[in-house]
This record gives sequence, structure tokens and C-alpha cells, in this order.
Amino acid sequence: MADVRFDHVYKRYGEATSNVISDLNLHVRDHEFLVLVGPSGCGKSTALRMIAGLEEITDGDLFIGDRRVNDLDPKDRDIAMVFQNYALYPHMNVFDNMAFSLKLHHLEKPEIDRRVRTAADMLGISDYLARKPRELSGGQRQRVALGRALVREPKVFLMDEPLSNLDAKLRVQTRAEIAKLHQTVKTTTVYVTHDQVEAMTMGDRIAVMNAGIIQQLGTPQELYDHPSNLFVAGFIGSPSMDFFNARLTKSSGGAASVVIGDGADAHTLALAGEATREIAGQATTDGRDVIVGIRPENFSLAGDSTADTLRGVVEVVEHLGNEQLVYLRIPGAVVPASAETQGSTARLPANARIELGQPLTLAVDTSKIHVFDPATTNRFI
Amino acid sequence: MSMTNNPVDPARVSAEKEIAGVRGPTALELAETPVSPRERLGQRLNGGLLMALVVLISLLWSVPTFGLFVASFRSGAATQSTGWWNGLVPPWSFTLQNYQDVLSAQGLGQAFLNSLIIAIPGTILPVLVAAFAAYAFAWMRFPLRDWLFLAIVALLVVPIQMTLIPILSIFTGLGITGSYLAIWLAHTAYGLPFAVYLLRSFFGALPSDLMESARIDGASHVRVFTNILLPLAVPSLASLVIFQFMWVWNDLLVALIYIGGGDRAPMTVTIANLVNSFGSNYQVLTAAAFISMALPLIVFFSLQRYFVRGILAGSVKG
Repeated sequence: MADVRFDHVYKRYGEATSNVISDLNLHVRDHEFLVLVGPSGCGKSTALRMIAGLEEITDGDLFIGDRRVNDLDPKDRDIAMVFQNYALYPHMNVFDNMAFSLKLHHLEKPEIDRRVRTAADMLGISDYLARKPRELSGGQRQRVALGRALVREPKVFLMDEPLSNLDAKLRVQTRAEIAKLHQTVKTTTVYVTHDQVEAMTMGDRIAVMNAGIIQQLGTPQELYDHPSNLFVAGFIGSPSMDFFNARLTKSSGGAASVVIGDGADAHTLALAGEATREIAGQATTDGRDVIVGIRPENFSLAGDSTADTLRGVVEVVEHLGNEQLVYLRIPGAVVPASAETQGSTARLPANARIELGQPLTLAVDTSKIHVFDPATTNRFI
Repeated sequence: MSMTNNPVDPARVSAEKEIAGVRGPTALELAETPVSPRERLGQRLNGGLLMALVVLISLLWSVPTFGLFVASFRSGAATQSTGWWNGLVPPWSFTLQNYQDVLSAQGLGQAFLNSLIIAIPGTILPVLVAAFAAYAFAWMRFPLRDWLFLAIVALLVVPIQMTLIPILSIFTGLGITGSYLAIWLAHTAYGLPFAVYLLRSFFGALPSDLMESARIDGASHVRVFTNILLPLAVPSLASLVIFQFMWVWNDLLVALIYIGGGDRAPMTVTIANLVNSFGSNYQVLTAAAFISMALPLIVFFSLQRYFVRGILAGSVKG
């Protein structure tokens, strides 16, 4: 067991001037399950492959435990990796696939046997030990790949999108199993995914990456409740947070509110709770442009009330059984690149009768409003 | 005509519809939906014309070999007086005399052995060296890798005749001219550029995750090569072995230069000498050619079963 530490790590390919990874500082604690999440091309896989020793480090230091591993061969790092496409040895049966590295490390035969069988039991693949990979289903292959990592009893597990080749149902199952597995063996794990649901459900902590830079590092709840910038706000949560161009105003009494939309479409939301405290520290707030973020579940049907509401036209309704997702066109809405959905989304009770094209007034839970600076895209603190 | 091209049993269509439990058009019906005349022409070309063309080319291609085959069973007098096709007209008078002459009198037995002694190491050596080189070019990082590879590929364009005299003088300087070692080395050197080029593209097409996974599992490059790559590369190695074996077996020029005639001469040289000593007496030559052909055919058919598809199945999801 060991921790993993990136210390001002950079990655550049060849003579390129732009960095794939810039000044990465990240401390993966011992026994921790850390998820690296971000859109494709954000550098998360490169970071993982640097831990594995499959990518060279251009600049900076990487530590596994107390050892600087920059110049260490993959085989000397005592890590195990699970690949997206399994990477099983096709000419070996399941047992030999799992035993391969143990044989290379000259373990005694009974010990190899014991470890492989223990891992196979944990993963429920004991019946397939004599089979070749091509005789297994996708889910079974992924278990073998996990088992191959498990038998190593390494210092660190590296997982590179291990679920993305499985179908949706199997993915949810295996997701839970990997989480359970980690609770059993407690090996430090770095898990790379582009799927924020996987990140939220599996990670002890999540590092959101974009353009080679860690945008925010924190527990799933921290990321959800306090996204530090627009990117994280739009990336975490499904459906994505809704964003609006707005103006921040302060009354003479000091109460802050945001105004979304212009003229006849203008709606005022009086800030409450946490947002108010955050804004209170801002000296020059009056009339200042901001971006307001509201999560779809913080909308509700307004009824007759008009205070703290937004008004939009219904474009699409998706019934999910327990709730419905309503996509609206609300004046002033903006969509950042990291958002999953276009336009604005509201999660409303399943029993509400909502027609397409209908103008809808929605009440906003003003204590859950997020306010961002449009210039820096950072959250107001 | 369109029915023969695309036969659809109406009963089967309705049965499929029932099974599928759908009202919409089935896949078969969709396949039957009208295609443009141009497309139909294309289909017909694909089916009929192409087939005929393939058969025609195969037949044309086989005629000389077939003629040689017939001639090898005709007597010397018959071959000298009439064309081989006359041998097909009854009454037949086929004879095994040519084969007996070749195998006993002309000492082709020793030449056959010599050919094996030359061809087996002349195949194994370059394939082995090329496999090492191709692995390095495909999966190892070292300075100037791509330039070195380019240089090796560039050697493909050097005509073999240009190298004969310089290499012969080197061999003579080393005192190995006329030995088996000389011709093994020569065939290895001449075979390597193509072999490295071919194997590198095969090896490079293997999923990189496999090699990386093995590296992480603790395998050195030698281990990855022997335990992972070689078992997976069997089809590509088999095809290369066939290429190289045929080339060495059928080679006359290289053998003539570095071995010459005498005790160690392979079949090609011995057969070529038959023409000189027998003049126009070429019916013996035909039999010799068939004896020479037999082994490459055996090699080809015995290695054919290694050309299995999907050897990577189950390894990675593709």
C-alpha cells in the first residue's frame, strides 16, 4: 500500500510547445479511491499512464510511496492496471492470464494457486479458469482483467475506463462490485473515467480535469455543492446545472439579489442562505454581471407565486416514471461547453401536467443558487 | 435474372415476420426492395463476371504448369517431335522414365538434400532475426528508431546483382566462399529488409494494450517477445516462412555465385546444369522441375492451417 504524489508534473509530446498536462499537483492518499474525471483529451489517461510508467514525465516528480518513480520501468513500480479493452492474453486461459505476473515474479506454485483461486472466488469466475478469453462474455472478461490486477496485491491499482465497454446494466453492476472490492482490499486506486456518474458513485475523492489542469479536487458532495468554477459546475451533475446571464444587485439593506433577463422578461431572485454569505464579502457588487447556476432539482412549480421565479417555454418533456425532465427556453440562459444538455432543464414531479409549448413559471430555491464570475469563470467566494 | 441473383422464398419471409412479430418490412423484404439499375448491374458484375474472370485467369495461369506436367510423363522422342498437348490425345503412352533418369542418373538426390541444407537455415535465420528487429521497431523506444527503419526499408530497392561482387570478395576474404555458411548469410541478408518490413507491420497492428499490460505485469522485453508476441504472431511468421522458403528454394543466382557447382550445389543449380549437358533434351528437365516443386507445395499446405483468423479473439474489445 502506498500513496501517489504528483509534484509539479508536466507532459509534452516531442517538440510541441503546448502541454498535455500542466503543473499537475495531486496527492492520492493511501487506501484512497481517487477518480480522475474529465472530457476526452483532458489529460486524465495520460496522468494515469504516467503513474504506470507507460508515458514519460517531461518535467516534475512522481512518487509512489516514498520512492521517486520517474525513471522506473513499469515492472518495477509494483502497480497493476486494468485496461478499457481488457487486454487479456488471448492465447492463455483465464488461470494463466491471472497467474502470468505471479510466475514472472517467481512465486511458489501453491501460492500462485491460492491467490488466483481467492481472486477468482471474489469475482465469481472460478468456473471459467480453464477457458480462453474468447469463450467469455464482455463482463466476464472484465472480471478476469480485474482478477489479474487483484492477484498481484500491488501497491496501487490503476483503472483506465474499465467499464466503458460494458453495456449499461452490467456497467452499473460492475461499478458496485469494484466499489465493494475496494472496501475489501483497500488498495490505493486511481480510476479514470469520462462518466461523471461513475466518478460520483465510486470516488472517495474526485479530481475534475480539463485541458491538462485539475479544475477541482474534492469529495463528490463538495464538487456537487460547491463547484469551484463553471466547468466543474457544468460537468458534475446529471442533468447539468442550468446557467443564466444575470446582474448582481444589492439593496440599501445589504440583501443581494440577481436579475435574470431584460425588460419585460426580467426576473429577480433574492439570494438566500449560503449564496448571500458568499456575496456579502464582495465589495463592488452592484450592477455587476454574473453567471447564475441553478441545478434542475432546485426548480419547482410556482403555482400562483411570482417572487423568486423564472418563466420559460416548454420545448421537450421526458417522463422518467418517478419524475419528469422538462427542457425549457428561458430568456437569459447560457450553455457552457462542459454541459451535457442544451437549454435549461428542470426536474419536476411526475404528476404535474405539462404541455409542449406551454409557458411555465418555475419557483427557484434561492438558497441553492451558485454565482460565478463571467470573466474568470470562477465561483464567487 | 433478378430472382436468381437474390432468391427470396416468400414462405420464409412470412415466417420471419411471424417470429419477429413486427408489421413493418422484414430485413429480407428490405433487401428485396428495388435497387437502381446501376446498382443491379454492379451486383451482376460482382457475381457472374467476376467469377468468370477469376476462373479464366486461374486456367490461363495453370496452362504452362499443366503442360510441364504432361511433358514430364512423355518420352524424349515424343517431346522432341510434337507439342505436349498431343500427349493428351489417345492412345496415351505415358512413362515414368524421366523421373527415374533424374532421380538416379543425374544425382539430383544429393542436390535435393543440399537444397534442404541451404533452405532450412536460410529461412529460419532471417525470420528469427527479423522478428527480433521487428519487435524492437514496433514496440521499443530508442533514438533514431524511425530513421533506422526507413534505412532498412530503403534497402529493398537495392538490386541484388549490385551486391554480388562486393559480398563475394568479402566472403573470399573470410575464406567461406563455397560453404553453406556463405549462402546462409547471403540469404539472411537479402531476406531481412522485406522480412523486417513485413513483420513490423504485423507486430505494430497488435493491440498496444497487450504489450503494456505485460510490461506492467512484470515482463521484460524478452519475455513480452517470447510469451506474448510470438504466440500471437504465428500467422504472420507462417506467411513469412513461406515467402522466404520459396525464395531460397527457387533461388538460382545467389547459389550459383556463392556456392557454384559441385558437391554442395542445390537443385536449382543442378537442374540448370541439366540443360547444358543435355542440350535440347528437355523432357528430363520437366521431371526435375516437378521434383523441385514438390517440397514448396508441402511447406505451403502444411503451414496453411496457421493462417487462422481471429487469433486475437477475446483479447481486446474492438
